[in-house]
Formats: sequence, structure tokens, C-alpha cells
Amino acid sequence: MGVKLLLDKVHIEGIRYYDAYRKNGGYAAVEKALKTMSPELIVDEVKKSGLRGRGGAGFPTGLKWSFIAKPEGVPRHLVCNADESEPGTFKDRYLMEFLPHLLIEGLIISSFALGSNVTFIYIRGEYAWIPEILEQAIAEAKANGWLGKNILGTGFDCEIYVQRGAGAYICGEETALLESLEGKRGNPRIKPPFPAVKGLWDRPTVVNNVETLAAVVPVINMGGEAYAKIGVGRSTGTKLISACGNINKPGVYEIDMTISVEEFIYSETYCGGIAKGKRLKACIPGGSSVPILPANLLLKTAKGETRYMNYESLSDGGFATGSMLGSGGFIVLDEDQCVVRHTYTLARFYRHESCGQCSPCREGTLWMDKILKNIETGKGKKKDIDLLWDVQRRIEGNTICPLGDAAAWPVAAAIRHFRDEFEWHVDHPDECLKRNFGLAHYADPIEVVT
Amino acid sequence: MEFTVERLQKVKEIVARYPDGKQKSALLPVLHLMQEQEGWLSVESMDYVASLLSLEPIEVYEVATFYTMYNLKPVGKYMFEVCRTGPCMINGSDEIIAYIGDKLGIQPGETTADGLFTLKTVECLGACGYAPMMQMGKHYKEHLTKEKVDAIIEECRRNAAMNN
Ligand SMILES: Cc1cc2nc3c(=O)[nH]c(=O)nc-3n(C[C@H](O)[C@H](O)[C@H](O)COP(=O)(O)O)c2cc1C
Ligand code: SF4
Ligand code: FES
Repeated sequence: MGVKLLLDKVHIEGIRYYDAYRKNGGYAAVEKALKTMSPELIVDEVKKSGLRGRGGAGFPTGLKWSFIAKPEGVPRHLVCNADESEPGTFKDRYLMEFLPHLLIEGLIISSFALGSNVTFIYIRGEYAWIPEILEQAIAEAKANGWLGKNILGTGFDCEIYVQRGAGAYICGEETALLESLEGKRGNPRIKPPFPAVKGLWDRPTVVNNVETLAAVVPVINMGGEAYAKIGVGRSTGTKLISACGNINKPGVYEIDMTISVEEFIYSETYCGGIAKGKRLKACIPGGSSVPILPANLLLKTAKGETRYMNYESLSDGGFATGSMLGSGGFIVLDEDQCVVRHTYTLARFYRHESCGQCSPCREGTLWMDKILKNIETGKGKKKDIDLLWDVQRRIEGNTICPLGDAAAWPVAAAIRHFRDEFEWHVDHPDECLKRNFGLAHYADPIEVVT
Repeated sequence: MEFTVERLQKVKEIVARYPDGKQKSALLPVLHLMQEQEGWLSVESMDYVASLLSLEPIEVYEVATFYTMYNLKPVGKYMFEVCRTGPCMINGSDEIIAYIGDKLGIQPGETTADGLFTLKTVECLGACGYAPMMQMGKHYKEHLTKEKVDAIIEECRRNAAMNN
């Protein structure tokens, strides 16, 4: 079994509350950081750890922190991104629900490192029962001297507030999140200026994902160098994967990034194989925005090498034959699933979530939704498949924020790898409406894994 | 539609988190408080929120119409918001939506005549591993089956009858 740094204590009774958390080594990292380290030293340690943003983009966290501007007399802010709305992703919710103190601990250290006296957790509105859990943890931390004024006699003051969104995927994009936190519509801002220079209320701001900030705790506890030894290459430390779809054991798993995709899917430690004894057809390994891969390209790269659950291996082959680790939202499709239908639900999602500021995204997502609906319901023509390809191509790279790309990529990958399935829909308008009927037989032959 | 004393106190606490002059930041939380109290956001209640936070009414309407969780018309006492995105779809959310619709005699987007239930389809709620699922008020109902749906509806009816 692999190393666990985040979920190692999740099964301890009462770990959600302060006493059990503290008894089991909690807040030792805050003590170490605030009493023995300077903010600069903490940033250095995070740099050494190789920790990369767990929100999806994988940007090195220490580097991001070192960009924060420090103009004289202007307050700075840390904002925790708990918007978690990417289909397939539910790991941050798990962390917040079961290990709230781990996040709070990470937030205190990170706030100290960045000089944020007022830190916000922006959480998606639908997670309506989680703010209470977090606020309880914050109150406990404060009552025990880890938050508030002059923490541990260091002169550092810090308050953490939880603020709810109200149903908008786009508010996970960091500048849209900041707009929302300012009480506005979630329209992403044009960059530059970047939040590190002008963020919340025009003040220098760092936005980080829940898991990233929780991972700062083991980084401080064990030291950056030791953290960097776990994992492989530039995929250091551990990653939470939320696995769903047609598998025997959906759930949230912590992996060190050395295991193969095959082990992750078939081992009893993780997904436990494909449900109902079916065969694996395809998988979206990193949240709905990343390219779908057919089974053969998922388990092995185009060069025939084993594919591993890490940033580099999953993206091996680029978009032609690879995908991305993304947010770790792992969606598995069995042999009965229809890729056209699945892609259609995602296109509908992005159409619904586009903020509408840029025309390629607003119009493009609308068209993709319409065309895919037609193909899925047997009203499509062959030329619609080419039109769909054309529409997605015109969105990518032509928008203010990456939601446009995120909407285009899944459609492009579905056509790239499952074009025959789209054609089958066009050729069999009556049959394609029957769900789970013979769908496996028109897809590429599936490599049977034994 | 004015806030209760407790909620006014809560508004004050929230506004105090932000720098002077940035009280607009409180808009989303305050709209949540209003919806909690009234069940939905009427123009009057939005105007009230605007005056409370010293905003133009349009600044409130803009926000209330952008975010899907704000109800701009009255909804049933119990709102079933069933997720239909990919991972839930492959685990049978379509059947669940159809089943609830049939059972209650309404289409997604509609409310039952007795005002008890509203059925809505929503996009991914971050519970994909526990599919099919729906949100009901503050909580999630996961691993839905027809039997589970029956039991939930039954319980809602019982609670509603008891509170009358
Ligand atoms: C459309 C869109 C949605 C996003 N949603 C989320 C999200 O729900 N949670 C998250 O942490 N990051 C999300 N991101 C990424 C954030 O913009 C940002 O990169 C991230 O919060 C940075 O944190 P990290 O460096 O710790 O990963 C999203 C980005 C885009 C373009
Ligand atoms: S790409 Fe889409 S979501 Fe992003 S700013 Fe443009 S319209 Fe809005
Ligand atoms: S797809 Fe339904 S909760 Fe994510």
C-alpha cells in the first residue's frame, strides 16, 4: 500500500473535532512553522517539496506564492478555492467533511507564509452543510489559540471566514471566484493583472485549492525534501483521486503517484475493477474537462508503455493519444456506455455554465450542445460531426478564461477516439435511442484486460 | 420580507468581515439568508437587500439572476434537485428523474399543485461517486433507488402533515 499523507488519520474516531485531531499530532505543523520558520523559509520549503496545485492546472505552489506582490501598506489575502464543481470531482468535499482541521491547519500556515490576516474559504453553495463543519473547526482552533490575535505570541493575526457561492461552476476559475467574493456576477477577469498583483478588492491575492492547502501540512511536518521523495519526477507527494462511474468501489482515494492506471482501476485497494463484471471501455482520468481515452490508450501509452497515475504519464502523447491528471476526477465507462451520450451531457453542462462574456464560448457551447443532442437522439447527419469538430476548434484559445478550452477538449477527444460511434448514431437513428443496447459492438475493439 | 432580528445581526457580522466600503461582498451570503427566510427572492426582498447593503437594486438583480441556486419564483416546500451530468447519467439518473416525475405527476421545473414538491434537474453536485443523487434542501440524498425515492417522498408528506 502506498504512502498516505492526507487521509492517514481519517478513520480515527472523532478526528473531525479538535481534541482527537490534536491528540493525533494535529497543529504540530502550525507550531513548527510559526515558532521556528519565517514566511520566506516556508515558501522555500513548499518550493522544495515540488507541490503542484491540486485544483487542476498543476502549477507549482511555491512558485505561485513567490509571485505575490508586497506593496507597502496594502493588505494581502489568501483565498481557498472550495468551489469544486468539475464533473467527476468530489475530493475536496471529502477532505472538508471528514478532516476539516487539516484544511484549517494548512490555511493558518499558508496565511502566515503569504501575510494574509484575513483568509477566505469560498465554497460552492450546494455544499450547504459543510460551512458549519468548517466554522466549528475554526471556532475550536481559535479557542485553542491557533487563530485570532497574536497567534502563539508571534504577533501574527489571522481570521478565516467561510463564504458560500450560489451555483456557478465558473466561480471555480480564480478570477471569477474573486468577483463572486466581491458580491458580483462570476465573470472571469482579463489577465493580466494577475491576482498575485491585483486580486480581492485589488489587493495582492493567492487562490489555492483545498487539497493543495491541506498538503502544506505534511510538507511542513516532514520537510520539503522528504515530501519531494514521495512520488515520481515532477509528480511529488500524494494526490487525492475521486473515482466514479462503472466501478465496484467508487470513492476518494489517496495515491502516491507511482501506481499504474491498471492497478488503480483493478486493485481491491482502489476501484476494485469494473462493476457487474463488465469490460472497461473508456475513462476520463482528470475531471470532465480533460480528454477521454479509450481503454487501450488509458492503460498503455501509444508507445506501449505502462501508463501511471501522475501528471507526466497521463499526459504522455499530448492530446493526440494522452490526457491529463487534472483535478483527479476519475470517470470510468464500461462497455455498455455510450460515449456520444456522455459527451452530450458534458456539452450541456458547459453550455449551462458558460458565463457568456466571450462569443466563441457562449455561442460555441450552445452549438455543441445542440449538435450533440441531435446526433444522440438520431437526428444528426454525417456533416454534423465535421461541424462539431469545427465548432470546438474555433473556441479553443479564443476566450478570456479556460472554460472555453475545457468545453472544447472533451468534445474533440470524443470525436478523435470514438468517431465511429458518432457515425453509428447517424446511420442508426432508431437504434441509438435505445439505451445500453449493443453499444459496445460498434466501438473500437476493446483490449480485454485479464 | 424584512429580516428577523437574528438575521439582521448575522448580516452585521458578515459585513464586518470586509474592509470599509466593501459591504457589497456580503451580497451572496445575504441573499442566501433571505432565501432561507422567504423560500425565494421576490423583487421586494431584493430591493430590501439592496437598501440594507447600500447597493443599487440592479446590482442585486444582476447577481440573483446569475447564480442558479437563487429561486426567482416560489418553489415547493421540498425541492428535489436531481443531478443529470455524465457520471450520474451512467448510473441511472434519467430513470430516477422520470420516476420522480411520474410519481409526483410533474415535469422537471414544475411544482405539485399542493405546493409540496418541486422537481428540478441540475448539473454535477460533486457527489459523482455516490450516484444517482439529488439535493434536498441543505442535504444530499445519495445512491438513489426507486425504493429510496418512495421513502423520501413518504417522509416529506409525513413531515408536512405533522407541521400543519
Ligand atoms: C472553469 C474553471 C473552473 C475551475 N474550477 C476549480 C475548482 O472548482 N476548484 C479549484 O480548486 N480550482 C478550479 N479551477 C482552477 C482555478 O482557476 C485555480 O487555478 C486554482 O484554484 C488554483 O489553485 P491550485 O494552484 O492550488 O490548484 C478552475 C478553473 C477553471 C478555468
Ligand atoms: S471562456 Fe466562457 S466562461 Fe470564460 S469568460 Fe469567456 S464566456 Fe465566460
Ligand atoms: S455527476 Fe452527478 S454529482 Fe457529479
